[in-house]
Amino acid sequence: MANEFAVELQDVVKKFITPEGNELNAVDHVSMQIKNGEFFSMLGSSGCGKTTSLRMIAGFEWPTEGEVYIEGKAMGRTPPFQRKVNTVFQSYALFQHLTVFQNIAFGLEMEGAQKDEIEKRVKHVLEMVQLTGMERRKPKQLSGGQQQRIAVARALVKVPDVLLLDEPLGALDLKLRKDMQLELKALQQQLGITFVYVTHDQEEAMTMSDRIAVMSKGKVQQLGAPVEIYERPANKFVADFIGDSNFFEGRIKSLSKEEAVVFIPDLNAEVTGIPVSQGLVNGEEITVSIRPEKVLISEKPMNQNTFSGKVTNTVYIGTDTHVYVDLMGKRVKVFEQNRISRLDPGSFYTVGQDVTLVMMPENVLVLKKE
Amino acid sequence: MSHDPAHLTIPWKGVCGMNPHRRHPFIFSSAMLVYVFLYAPIIVLILFSFNASRANVTFEGFVPTFSDKVVMDGSLVKASPCGPFHWFCELAKDKDVAEAAGNTLTIAIVSTLVSSVIGTMAALALQRYEFKLKPFSQLSLYIPIVIPEIVMGIGILTLFSQLFGVINGSLGLTGDSRLSMGLGTVIVSHIAFSVPFVTLVVQARLQGFDKSYEEAAMDLGANEWTTFRRVTLPMILPGVLSGALLAFTLSLDDFVITFFTNGPGSTTLPIYVYGLLRRIITPQVNALSTVWILTVFSVVLILQWLQTREAKQH
Repeated sequence: MANEFAVELQDVVKKFITPEGNELNAVDHVSMQIKNGEFFSMLGSSGCGKTTSLRMIAGFEWPTEGEVYIEGKAMGRTPPFQRKVNTVFQSYALFQHLTVFQNIAFGLEMEGAQKDEIEKRVKHVLEMVQLTGMERRKPKQLSGGQQQRIAVARALVKVPDVLLLDEPLGALDLKLRKDMQLELKALQQQLGITFVYVTHDQEEAMTMSDRIAVMSKGKVQQLGAPVEIYERPANKFVADFIGDSNFFEGRIKSLSKEEAVVFIPDLNAEVTGIPVSQGLVNGEEITVSIRPEKVLISEKPMNQNTFSGKVTNTVYIGTDTHVYVDLMGKRVKVFEQNRISRLDPGSFYTVGQDVTLVMMPENVLVLKKE
Repeated sequence: MSHDPAHLTIPWKGVCGMNPHRRHPFIFSSAMLVYVFLYAPIIVLILFSFNASRANVTFEGFVPTFSDKVVMDGSLVKASPCGPFHWFCELAKDKDVAEAAGNTLTIAIVSTLVSSVIGTMAALALQRYEFKLKPFSQLSLYIPIVIPEIVMGIGILTLFSQLFGVINGSLGLTGDSRLSMGLGTVIVSHIAFSVPFVTLVVQARLQGFDKSYEEAAMDLGANEWTTFRRVTLPMILPGVLSGALLAFTLSLDDFVITFFTNGPGSTTLPIYVYGLLRRIITPQVNALSTVWILTVFSVVLILQWLQTREAKQH
């Protein structure tokens, strides 16, 4: 392929007029570059602009400002039927009046493909989604999962440069959804087609994606690999939205080249030895965050970065036990993996028990104030 | 009695306690009354189309096939080769009826085709686009429906006569080349009152129409026209057909507006029957009505059958 980027959004703005007559930037100066052959997800809650961004790539909406490039070509107001991208819709949008075969053949007929070629390609793509023999059924005669596969097959049969997927698994039950996630990922790796995937389900995005754009209020909050987004959230929104976090308001007390000491007034304590990113100033007000599974509960007090508190609640959820600890009036979540059976006597923390929490400095994140 | 399967296996269950399927005598009798009021006139009308009496005031028995007979009012009924179907044979010979039937069908078919196209386009536009006058256009659809037909008829008549007067005057048209009332004006007025009905019926069908079907078609490479032809139209077709059927029946039996807008050579069946009534009501009128009712009835039955067949396929 000639271009490194399958899709590029350059400073794209999409304005909508709300029913009250106000102007709203559904997509607000978004730029992103989606590499060829990657599984790219746009993740965010509803109204964050992810679906609008996808629709602008597909050509159903045109940017108010900025430009969408597909394979290096500026799209401008190119209609959807002239773009080499195909979409899997949230509602599947299978044509109810056509059979499975006719649904999948539709796109090929539009290309003017020969009859025998259409038959060959439909057969092939049905094998790919493991639905051989369903050609003559109507969409209504299929289960939700089967309809979903047909929707994928109908888009993939066109061999697009980019496959756009708009929450395609939203209507499926949890177990089927997890199976389909792995299947879609395998399909993407096998075909090498760029997938752009829109979802509000962070676990789904984490499972499948090479890179994720976390979006909120029409803006990209962070763009990176799942591990970067989880381990090094760019701001408080991302740290809060992806997984769970404990937040403390703090102030930088001292700063060296590699390490910082942060004072947390709520705990009246210091956290030392925090590895720092650039751009911090001594005395700056910041937010400190730590993931609940990275807080350790210790029997004996240690010297540094330890805090004593009382257990206020424990919740057993199978893989983990969530322990809520009161630190000087501040509630801290701690997730402990159930490596041992909690049926053993004494393996549970009891409410009111005194515990010591350890926050290893390398697990503590310093987030700038917005 | 009830077809509740529980009734068959546990016979005592229906005896005590409430059976939701039990017919209340009031419901039964009111249903019967509705049927009597709806269908008794039609049955009488059909019966009288076989009447031996030309005056058609009382039923005097069927027209004899072989020998003449004297009926109660003293007049002689000649035997007819068609027997009881005498008046239908007379009807078939009547050239005016044939012409009126032809006119009626021409007007109904043309106005149905045109109003279905315009009505569907209007419904699609109202569903898809936002524009300043949208509330007004939506409201204006109801006006031809609620306005008394006679007002609309007079309105259209005034419009056409003024318009034709101006055109004829300014172009200096005389004699046969003059614009005048006729099939054309009837068709135009029928289109005018049918469009709102088609639009409203198609709009109801479009209510649950997900725009992603059209987007999917375009996404797969179909341009706007192909998308409409291959996806949108097949999906809304039941709505368009119901609208067309409504327009067709409205046109077939319209009297008031046709009365004001027709001219020489554009007599329709309702107008023709009205003309007959002013002279003498022979059983021929009943025969005509019978044929008419049976035609409409079978058309409706066929469409119903087609629709249930369609529904079963999905």
